[in-house]
Amino acid sequence: MRFAVVVFPGSNCDHDALYAVEHVLGQTAAFVWHKDTSLGDADAVILPGGFAYGDYLRTGAIARFSPIMQAIKTFAAAGGPVIGICNGFQVLLEAGLLPGAMLRNRSVRFQCEHVYVKVEQTDTPFTLACAPGQVLRLPIAHGEGNYYAEPDVIARLEQQRQVVFRYTTAQGAATAEANPNGSVHNIAGLCNEARNVVGLMPHPERACELALGSADGLVMFKSVLQAINGVGSHLSRTLSPR
Amino acid sequence: MTPDPISQLLEQHGLTREEYQRILDTLGREPTITELGIYSVMWSEHCSYKSSRVHLKTLPTTGPRVLQGPGENAGAVDIGDGLAAVFKIESHNHPSFIEPYQGAATGVGGIIRDIFTMGARPIALLNSLRFGSLDEALVRRTFAGVVAGIAGYGNSIGIPTVGGEINFDESYTGNPLVNVFCLGIARADEIIRAAASGAGNAVYYVGAKTGRDGIHGATMASAEFDDKSAEKRPAVQVGDPFMEKLLLEACLEVMKTDTLVGIQDMGAAGLTSSSTEMGARGGAGVEIDVALVPQRETGMTPYEIMLSESQERMLMVVKKGREAEVERIFEKWDLHAVRIGEVTTDGRLRVKHHGAVVAEIPNTSLTDDAPRYTRPMVEPAYLKDAQQLSLESLGQPSPAPDVFRRLLASPTVASKRWVYRQYDHMVRTNTLVLPGMGAGVVRVKGTTRALALSVDCNARFVYLDPFAGAQLAVAEAARNVACAGGQPIGATNCLNFGNPQRPEIMWQFAKAVEGMGAACRALDLPITGGNVSLYNETDGSAVLPTPVLGVVGLIEDADRAVRRAFQAPGDVVLLLGEGREELGGSEYLKVMHGLVRGRPPVLDLTREAALQRLLVAGAASGLIRSAHDCAEGGLAVTLAECCFDTGYGIEAAVPAVEGTFSFRDIAALFGESASRVVVSVAANRADEMIALAARALVPATVIGRVGGERIRLTIDGRFVIDEPLADAEDRWSTAIDRYFETNHVTA
Repeated sequence: MRFAVVVFPGSNCDHDALYAVEHVLGQTAAFVWHKDTSLGDADAVILPGGFAYGDYLRTGAIARFSPIMQAIKTFAAAGGPVIGICNGFQVLLEAGLLPGAMLRNRSVRFQCEHVYVKVEQTDTPFTLACAPGQVLRLPIAHGEGNYYAEPDVIARLEQQRQVVFRYTTAQGAATAEANPNGSVHNIAGLCNEARNVVGLMPHPERACELALGSADGLVMFKSVLQAINGVGSHLSRTLSPR
Repeated sequence: MTPDPISQLLEQHGLTREEYQRILDTLGREPTITELGIYSVMWSEHCSYKSSRVHLKTLPTTGPRVLQGPGENAGAVDIGDGLAAVFKIESHNHPSFIEPYQGAATGVGGIIRDIFTMGARPIALLNSLRFGSLDEALVRRTFAGVVAGIAGYGNSIGIPTVGGEINFDESYTGNPLVNVFCLGIARADEIIRAAASGAGNAVYYVGAKTGRDGIHGATMASAEFDDKSAEKRPAVQVGDPFMEKLLLEACLEVMKTDTLVGIQDMGAAGLTSSSTEMGARGGAGVEIDVALVPQRETGMTPYEIMLSESQERMLMVVKKGREAEVERIFEKWDLHAVRIGEVTTDGRLRVKHHGAVVAEIPNTSLTDDAPRYTRPMVEPAYLKDAQQLSLESLGQPSPAPDVFRRLLASPTVASKRWVYRQYDHMVRTNTLVLPGMGAGVVRVKGTTRALALSVDCNARFVYLDPFAGAQLAVAEAARNVACAGGQPIGATNCLNFGNPQRPEIMWQFAKAVEGMGAACRALDLPITGGNVSLYNETDGSAVLPTPVLGVVGLIEDADRAVRRAFQAPGDVVLLLGEGREELGGSEYLKVMHGLVRGRPPVLDLTREAALQRLLVAGAASGLIRSAHDCAEGGLAVTLAECCFDTGYGIEAAVPAVEGTFSFRDIAALFGESASRVVVSVAANRADEMIALAARALVPATVIGRVGGERIRLTIDGRFVIDEPLADAEDRWSTAIDRYFETNHVTA
């Protein structure tokens, strides 16, 4: 299957996403330049982490005007799987593909560390291989990951089961201590109403090999592979780290 | 009496009368103001190394793996598979005091440019930082600002900060040290040099526009601080990591096309140093018209354009006929490469302004033929007295458990999580050993190898004996990469000292360089480049002499990288090396008695080399499961740190040492004897480890076992420390956070 990894000026996890798809998942991936207007024949789209346009305004605020965004909206509207990781999530929020906004972390500092998130919904293309309630250990690396939306929006998200990932303890409890950045309802990731567009602050692409401290993120890539190819796809190369 | 105009001008430019005479002799006429400015920055200590060069040339810089030694933007060593590790360390001390965030941020930006101009993709950053006491609000502000600046730049550009060291001492209160190390990977046969050649080849400018920021930054870095230093804030540049990210990607893309003759970043002394140094290296001349330089302010003079230190700018020489290709790639990244001149054959730097010549100087008079000084040296007056240490005179020491707790909470010893949590240390998905777990280890994608990286210096030891202290810094940095399983293969140094015009400082410098050279030769460790930062003084008081060494180690099998923390209960713990009563310059003396006194630990370089070989072999065979060297705080702190993070306790018998009776426990637990490492091995392989150590002629003692929830240490069968692991870990892991909690009140 083919992944498109969108490269904005200032994207810096683009190579990591490509590496995870090609070298760990054993699938093909290609960079798509932000000035392009077509995603080619991609089966799934990754908006990677980074600091698009330097994030000097609001995170993702300028990237949403990139020419490629129109193609991404069309792709998403047609039901294609789209995932925004960290800065990619912020771009999806700014582009209106997902609801809400990001505030600065409660600590007012950048935070890079491993956290636990619970997979609350397994009927998205990026979580369908997860066990319901599975807790993943994933790294975060952001200064603005404090998710916020108006109470009525939050209520709707909860009611429509669009909160896909929540910060929890290792045992899956969504406590205040387990919330690294102050996100409302411990929200770490969301999907849209159609459930094909997912955004999350943690970095699954950094957690695909045990050598890097966690391989818990791989299940998300396996999920989308299953979603596209159906169950029983070729996952034989997933454990070859290099 | 009012000084004459020439004297005033020279003083403003940091030039002496003799140096001015030299300029007159070279040019055969009075210099223009632009020329005077150019000489001023190129002959500044920062650019010319005029006080240090005679000493630096004694350092070992060659070896079978060395692909590029000193003299280029960065050094390079062969790491196999046709690849090179390109690395260097650089200081940004003065700007970081004046404006901590931007000073540190632009320091990161500068060293990254040095690496990618060599054609290497930067993959790791480390930093070595020194501050005064965190009890002072000013220091906390500087510290927090520097850390935020490093984070702000490194995180944005997407290069992980994978390790480093931070120390605290009052001598750095008004003059913090910010040394940043960067490492990149290049194809060994595609390393690009910073030389201009080929008459008629175009000289291109690319990157950010030139403004008035940073004019005379290099000159500022070549003078002491005083109460007027805050006025120098305009000489600190502002960083734009987004611009640099674009430059990085665009330059790496251009470099793949074989269109470049040479490239250099405009760091200190900006356009001046890049154009003259590229010309001098290539044996050519460079002619530019500064009116063509993209400017972001109006009315800039040639003098200002030549001396600006605006960040994120590069100078390139492009092969004739390939200009359009280069321009096209930069356009793709929304950057504009502008032709500002060409390479000539006359060996001169010729600067025009709208066609009129405003400066014309022989290149080599600015570089190779710049002034060299063999400055007078004298042994510092403090030394003889400071080396005397009488433990008896200190009275009865505090109980060992109290000392243990105090040391764990000392900011120099304590966990630096508050700091590295702010750095993206995982981006690029190569980080095999996370910060705080020993040397930083990054894998080299496309190979089975990894690189272990460490930056180290114990400046107290250098202060007490510059020769021995510098040797200890080399040994510690190399030992740290060896602990991770890395064979040390190359080093870079950052020499931070006071005012070289003071003979006592020059003596410290010369002795330290001598010691560094001797240690590097003994450990077979070439120094491929680095940086000298002098004039680290405020109001006449110098920092502790701080020669930092950055070492690169090669791990053949990335899966065998070793971490500091114990891996499993039941594992056997061994001490490699032997302790003596060595409390001189120790963290114990500093924390418990407020003293920097005595002689540094004795270092036997033959033993050190044997120890490092043993560590590398033991890691490669999978025998060693954890390794951690003994440094500040001695064996007791080392053992505690081995327990932290994975949460396995220890019970161990600490070997007794001979000496002053009342200090025997203190010396055994907290003495800082060199060449000691704590390793753990599987219980059924302890004999194998002992045999391997015996063959390597390294003393090895089984001292205990991993397990339990306490840190229990005995000496001669007596329990001397018996602490719950959780308490000790809490003390250690939150010590720095506590300085930043709201309502922090200074003690």
